[in-house]
Amino acid sequence: MSPPVPPGQSWKRQLPVSVARIGWILLVSGIILCAGAYLADPRRSAFNNIVLYLFLASVAGGSIFLVALEYVAGAVWSVPLRRVNEFLSALAPVVPLLAIPVLFNLHDVFHWTQPGAVAADQLLIEKQPYLNIPFFVVRFLIVSLLWGLFAMLFTRNSVKQDVSRDQNLTRRNTRLGAIFMPLFAVSVTVLAIDWAMSIEPHWYSTIFGVYFFSGTVLAGVATATLIVVLLHEGGYLPPLRPDHLYSLGALLFAFVNFWAYIAFSQFLLIWYANLPEETFWFMKRWSHGWQYVSVLLIVTQFAVPYFALLAQDAKMNPKRLKLMAIWILAAHFLDVYWLVMPSFDGGVPVSWIEFSYPVLGVGLVIVVLASRMNKYNLVPVGDPKLERGLSFHL
Amino acid sequence: MDLNRRITRNWILPKLMATKQLYSLTALFSTPDEIIHAAGETAAAGYAKFDVHTPYPVHGLDRAMRLKPSRVGIFALIFGFLGTVSAVGLMTWVALVDYPLVIGGKPFWSWPAFVPIAFEVTVLLASVLSVVAMIVIYFKFPNNSHPLHETPYMKAVSSDRYGLSIQADDVKFDERKVRDFLQEVGGKEIAPVYFDPEVGARLFDPKFLGILLATALVVSAGTYLTLNKALYTVPFDWMMEQRKLKAQKASDLFKNGIGMRTPVEGTVARGFLPYPYRGKPEDAARNLVNPLLPTADVIQRGKVRYLTFCSPCHGNFARGDSRLRGQFPNPPTLHTDKVRNWPDGAIYHVISEGQNVMPSYAAQIARDDRWAIVHYLRVLQRAQNAQESDLK
Repeated sequence: MSPPVPPGQSWKRQLPVSVARIGWILLVSGIILCAGAYLADPRRSAFNNIVLYLFLASVAGGSIFLVALEYVAGAVWSVPLRRVNEFLSALAPVVPLLAIPVLFNLHDVFHWTQPGAVAADQLLIEKQPYLNIPFFVVRFLIVSLLWGLFAMLFTRNSVKQDVSRDQNLTRRNTRLGAIFMPLFAVSVTVLAIDWAMSIEPHWYSTIFGVYFFSGTVLAGVATATLIVVLLHEGGYLPPLRPDHLYSLGALLFAFVNFWAYIAFSQFLLIWYANLPEETFWFMKRWSHGWQYVSVLLIVTQFAVPYFALLAQDAKMNPKRLKLMAIWILAAHFLDVYWLVMPSFDGGVPVSWIEFSYPVLGVGLVIVVLASRMNKYNLVPVGDPKLERGLSFHL
Repeated sequence: MDLNRRITRNWILPKLMATKQLYSLTALFSTPDEIIHAAGETAAAGYAKFDVHTPYPVHGLDRAMRLKPSRVGIFALIFGFLGTVSAVGLMTWVALVDYPLVIGGKPFWSWPAFVPIAFEVTVLLASVLSVVAMIVIYFKFPNNSHPLHETPYMKAVSSDRYGLSIQADDVKFDERKVRDFLQEVGGKEIAPVYFDPEVGARLFDPKFLGILLATALVVSAGTYLTLNKALYTVPFDWMMEQRKLKAQKASDLFKNGIGMRTPVEGTVARGFLPYPYRGKPEDAARNLVNPLLPTADVIQRGKVRYLTFCSPCHGNFARGDSRLRGQFPNPPTLHTDKVRNWPDGAIYHVISEGQNVMPSYAAQIARDDRWAIVHYLRVLQRAQNAQESDLK
């Protein structure tokens, strides 16, 4: 069998101008809408801003994680698709910019930032060495820089290989991946604790970092699956086998289950111990309409994808995969919304503000993807494992 | 090459020749693509009795071999469902019917606590019973051997090669044609496999039994040591061996060497009130009033307690005619005018304090139960002295 991508050939495929234009339109109108939201209701806007930030951070973080995972595990099947993850990981340096407006409205969201509230609350006084604004900002900067740096390093080595075909670059990225893994574990936990858990500073759950991690990887896999299937159908990628799609579907299915497993573990321990300082967090999500959102979350992020992806054929069916990837991304957005928004006013807030932020997010992903596709090969043509990856067999 | 030579050597031996029959012709392939291609060609050529052996599951083989969809999934689904139903059923029965316990103030049927167990039992039964079903259905238990076992072919396909085996009992089988066909689809090391039809199930093969026995020994010894020894060594005993005094254990912390302490004078246990009429039956008779109403429930309760504690001496109908009569100073009938005219408090006092040879039953019978017994005794007395007016 002759290699589908002849060595040395470039594989640059650009998105149609119309798609890139849609991306820009969405991005610009999203920015305008969100700016309007900040003028109309800064507190509500800040909450929504966190939802979007956490969502896109999980897409970016999940993508870097998948790139690192491929190198560390020595995976072959995902080599032809790796660029999609690398392109998405370019979100990592951009997404923290979205969190900056929140930094100017911290008091609206995090009541541990209010000196009056802290002074009257023994627990917040005890937590102050961690929960204080300067350290919060420092942690935010460290996590953002760390992810941005690794996303850049992975991609830089990988695209360098397109030209040089130097196998040492693979080895270097493998080493980087091994360094990144433990750092990622800590940083994703810090991100989850800072931006989601500390909204309720009295509440704590030791599994919360893992919970957010499960959603992060799920979001990473779902975004990659969606884009790979779209590019595959549009003929942008070299011919993929059903085995590639099957592997993506299997990863999606696995992380749907992993998320459900972790989410239930978190719930079960809190339900079982029945300690008021822990249960109130779930009580908030089981009253004032949130109980419907909670049930909806279980149905959308677990039950439906579980049965939709259970069968072997479903995992190879591009149409099913595309639908499920969009579905899971929406469910993950709901998941983050469910983590953040119950602290806003107790009820389930739905208004134009809640819909403005996703517009910005979708626009940003398209713009970043289009710009990366303009710049780099869509397939790592210099990767020594590419040929084996393309003829990959399960 | 080696394989051929070995089989040829066996073939030459006339003694073996008499009993051995051709089972199949086998061929080896090097890549998954080759084996998928070969399997497809074999199915297309019309062979029905053939099989493919690979070191790991190669996807796409089922389709190439034109197999019907595997029934393993259905079996696993049924067995798994059986696991879910039995786990949830058992827990429901225990929690609601057999032994309802309030745990942490939660409802008896606390389904979230059932989820992990239901999940585990589902997985357990789905996997274990699927393997058992496979052994029974595909391997035709008690048959535990196969002609392909212990052949160079099997060794190759369980490490790094992909094998195709076309059986001799296929209607289209012809040794020359099959050999050519295997060569045509790219098979290497084409070799026949023979078997001895007289050798049946090797269930009592010493090697097989030995391994079975050794496994059983290792597993049970491991389980025994873990549960009886390892769990009682440091650090697994940290929860058991705590620095605290347990009831009825000696302690040198106290002068008298007893770990258990007597409560201070005047301590009242929870749920108990001190009895103020100790040694004062007249006061009890005068001041105590039965706090219970003689409802059907109360009388039924009194009957149960009476039959348990009072009837051995006083008899089932309080006539003093129990089976213990004659072995003790005889217990009196409770139908005398004296007892009938006693106020409830006097009877209650006798149950609580005892009288003559009768000991106190305060420790055995709860306060309300004693009052319920008094009501029941009144019922017995009334029944023994029924009047014309009771019939109306």
